[in-house]
Amino acid sequence: MLGNLTIDALPFYSWVAISGAVITVGGALAVMGGITWFGLWRILWREWLTSVDHKRIGIMYVTLALIMLVRGFVDAIMMRGQQAVALNSDGYLPPGHFDQIFSSHGTIMIFFMAMPFMTGLLNIIVPQQIGSRDVAFPFMNSVSLWLTTAGAGLVMISLVVGRFSTAGWTAYPPYSGIEYSPGVGVDYWIWAVLISGFGSTMTGINFVVTIIMRRARGMTLMRMPLFTWTALCTSILMIFAFPALTVACALLGLDRMLGMHFFTNDAGGNMMNYINLLWIWGHPEVYILILPAFGIFSEVAATFSGKPLFGYKSLVYATVAIAFLSFTVWLHHFFTMGSSANVNTFFGIATMIIAVPTGVKVFDWLFTMYRGRIRFHPSMMWTIGFIVTFVIGGMTGVLLALPPADYLMHNTTFLVAHFHNMIIPGVLFGYLAGYMYWFPKALGFTLNERWGRRSFWCWLIGFYLAFMPLYALGFMGMPRRMEHYSVAEWQPYLIVAALGACLVLLGIACLIIQLVVSASEWQEARDDSGDPWNGRTLEWLTSSPPAPYNFAVLPEVGDIDAFFDMKRRGAAYQRPARYQDITMPRNTGAGPILGGLAFALGFAGVWHIWWLVIASALGMWAAIIFRASNDDAEFRLPAGEVEKIENQRFEALAKASRTETENPAPYSTQPLPESPT
Amino acid sequence: MGAVLLSSGCGLSDAPLLDPKGPIALAERDLLFTAVALLLIVIIPVFVLAFWFTWRYRASNSKARYDPDWSYSARIDAVIWLIPALIVVALGVLVWINTHKLDPFKPLASAVPPLEVEVVAQDWKWLFIYPAQEIAVVNQLVFPSQTPLSLKITSDTVMNSFFIPALGGQIFAMAGMETRLNLLADAPGRFVGQNTQYSGSGFSDQHFEAIAASQEDFDAWVAKVKQSPDRLDAATYRALALPSSKHPVTYYSAVERNLFHKIIARYSRSQAHTDQAVAK
Repeated sequence: MLGNLTIDALPFYSWVAISGAVITVGGALAVMGGITWFGLWRILWREWLTSVDHKRIGIMYVTLALIMLVRGFVDAIMMRGQQAVALNSDGYLPPGHFDQIFSSHGTIMIFFMAMPFMTGLLNIIVPQQIGSRDVAFPFMNSVSLWLTTAGAGLVMISLVVGRFSTAGWTAYPPYSGIEYSPGVGVDYWIWAVLISGFGSTMTGINFVVTIIMRRARGMTLMRMPLFTWTALCTSILMIFAFPALTVACALLGLDRMLGMHFFTNDAGGNMMNYINLLWIWGHPEVYILILPAFGIFSEVAATFSGKPLFGYKSLVYATVAIAFLSFTVWLHHFFTMGSSANVNTFFGIATMIIAVPTGVKVFDWLFTMYRGRIRFHPSMMWTIGFIVTFVIGGMTGVLLALPPADYLMHNTTFLVAHFHNMIIPGVLFGYLAGYMYWFPKALGFTLNERWGRRSFWCWLIGFYLAFMPLYALGFMGMPRRMEHYSVAEWQPYLIVAALGACLVLLGIACLIIQLVVSASEWQEARDDSGDPWNGRTLEWLTSSPPAPYNFAVLPEVGDIDAFFDMKRRGAAYQRPARYQDITMPRNTGAGPILGGLAFALGFAGVWHIWWLVIASALGMWAAIIFRASNDDAEFRLPAGEVEKIENQRFEALAKASRTETENPAPYSTQPLPESPT
Repeated sequence: MGAVLLSSGCGLSDAPLLDPKGPIALAERDLLFTAVALLLIVIIPVFVLAFWFTWRYRASNSKARYDPDWSYSARIDAVIWLIPALIVVALGVLVWINTHKLDPFKPLASAVPPLEVEVVAQDWKWLFIYPAQEIAVVNQLVFPSQTPLSLKITSDTVMNSFFIPALGGQIFAMAGMETRLNLLADAPGRFVGQNTQYSGSGFSDQHFEAIAASQEDFDAWVAKVKQSPDRLDAATYRALALPSSKHPVTYYSAVERNLFHKIIARYSRSQAHTDQAVAK
């Protein structure tokens, strides 16, 4: 009945594991209890979980990402704590637990923190930035969200039922094969990655179609804001890269479940195929994550320097070049596998070539600041912190791209320091900049800047303390993933790194405090104008938060900085002679139901509960058929209703404009036009 | 100054990657240093510009020039594309030359014939077979300095990575396959060798001592191993290959003939079988 699932699956093997399980279950119960207490289930289901509105889907993605950021960080600080004390001792974590933690840390941070954070920001902003009312496939968008959530749920439940993978976030066979990893851990990894991978592929398709097909009139490709450009390139990469991961995971799953031999040591299997497939996804994945962050830095740098982007065309070409080249470098993840010198040379040089467009971008941002009026909003601070820190990671990346140097530093903590040096300042600082920049657009009030700045400094200094010692340790030959060690010289560096992790913890605490403080002061921080930073692109034309349809009248674009151009021409806030009905997609429960069934499918697959595998697969099939035969998936919002919403919008604008004259906000250098009422 | 004190106090000055003990590791490190120097041509201007522009063009500095529409300069654009491109061309040439020169499979040129050792990664230890001397050792690799060390490497378990940081870069050990590594120690010395690829619960203890000895000491050591009562035959090997942690250094005075190739063939047999069938 329950397949391989028995009472032994509960984590009684160590007190640390038990507390992890208790906190997970307790947290989930507390949230559900709170929702029940305040009687919010109904509104949560109707307005949020079943929503197909890209903005709400985006907010849910970002919420998921922030929760998983905390979970992934707990893993990180546990590892740093272990290594700080584990000189000639076992520390407080046994090997069988330490390796679960480094595996879940990587898996969570890449698949369930960075990916949803990025997808969430794309969702909230891209349709508005291109002057569209929604994405091309709103329902598919909801399915993507719930598949990602199902994957995250599988990783979370592995804390309580069974154990997680010990094979690292890349799950290299043969170690991840059934012979060497007989438990359920790798199966949890496979199902979580498979299910969320489908979601990511669909997100990619959705945004390519959205950006190609649904741009406002006049927005030619070379007038798209840079964030949209990066979103387009990222989405294309997602479509091409994720299937490779899906195939690799599926074949590994077949090896494990049905005794096949794709990647086993014997019977003709070849694990090198897995490693190639994984990195054919894995390297573009780095750019999938970082390109949108580059887009955010571009938007933020232009807005808070009060100037257009320097070298827009250069930035676009550099973005496209990076996206293209990202598929030509995967082998640099395993120069040490023994390929011939010619092969290694090719991939080494291809990798270094990527440094050129990336370097161009850095200089473009710097020259955007040149002769500007730089306002130090936290988003801008994340951007400057990124520029300075990221070039260090870029340099160490080029060093690792030299095959002979890579032979020395592969698999050492130098490598760990390098990719964290790319992903924390490059990806996470970018997303946090975007989070603080676009928060008022999503929720209607601005975030407290003081706590934002505090968070920035804790993260920045914490990052340097946590990862610069790892570069040094790499020179000292310390391999990654050591549960304990016997070299006394390593310990001081590892203690400094643990202190750095503690500072990052403070940074995360500041983020939470910022959210709480801002929410409690939201009335004073309300963004009536919809344009709190004197923005340049179309998302700032809508109200904050935007009406469900974003734009009552679709805008017409005449410039790269479309909204800034409108403001300058005095054409930004014009009332149309009359409004028209707007067709909108209806909310549907099919998305969360599919996600729930996918979770059941994954869980049943992990534990070999075959009846449930069949039942949930059939259920998903039925749900899709049912949804596809629904001819009533849309409704018309009558013109009268639109007019009412828009009138409120213009009242708020007039109010904002009055406040502006009495008490000029620090971010507006241009007066808002008087409301025509 | 503080950094120098700190680093010398904490072992960075004699870190194996920065203070190599053989020509291979030295050449790899020198390539690293050259690349850092070339890259600083770009990195330093970024630092300078970032701090300068941030300070100079802060909003509160009304004296700085504000050019709200300035967004392009062909001259700057050309420089920021060309300089990094030129650096990458230079680095590309370096990569081409050095990747070929430092190909781990390539035998080292030397007047002295190399010492051949066959290396098998096991859970969680290293087995070294000396085919010419007909001896085998667990978790200790002894070899004469100034003599090329020619390693053939495979795995009898999951993927491992064989690495002696002081002597040169690492290479993967994979079941059913043979990789090679050619190293040389300048002088007698004791170095740490280790697996760097996570391979299971005994991974943290999977290191060994690599000892470069004078030729006389090496010969004496071989004679000592020859005295050992243990012999590595098929049955002993099967017992040895079972997972074990912190395995003590063990000497075998004799080794089953062709053991290394048999270990590889165990995994590639079915493959060879298919190839034969195809050939027929």
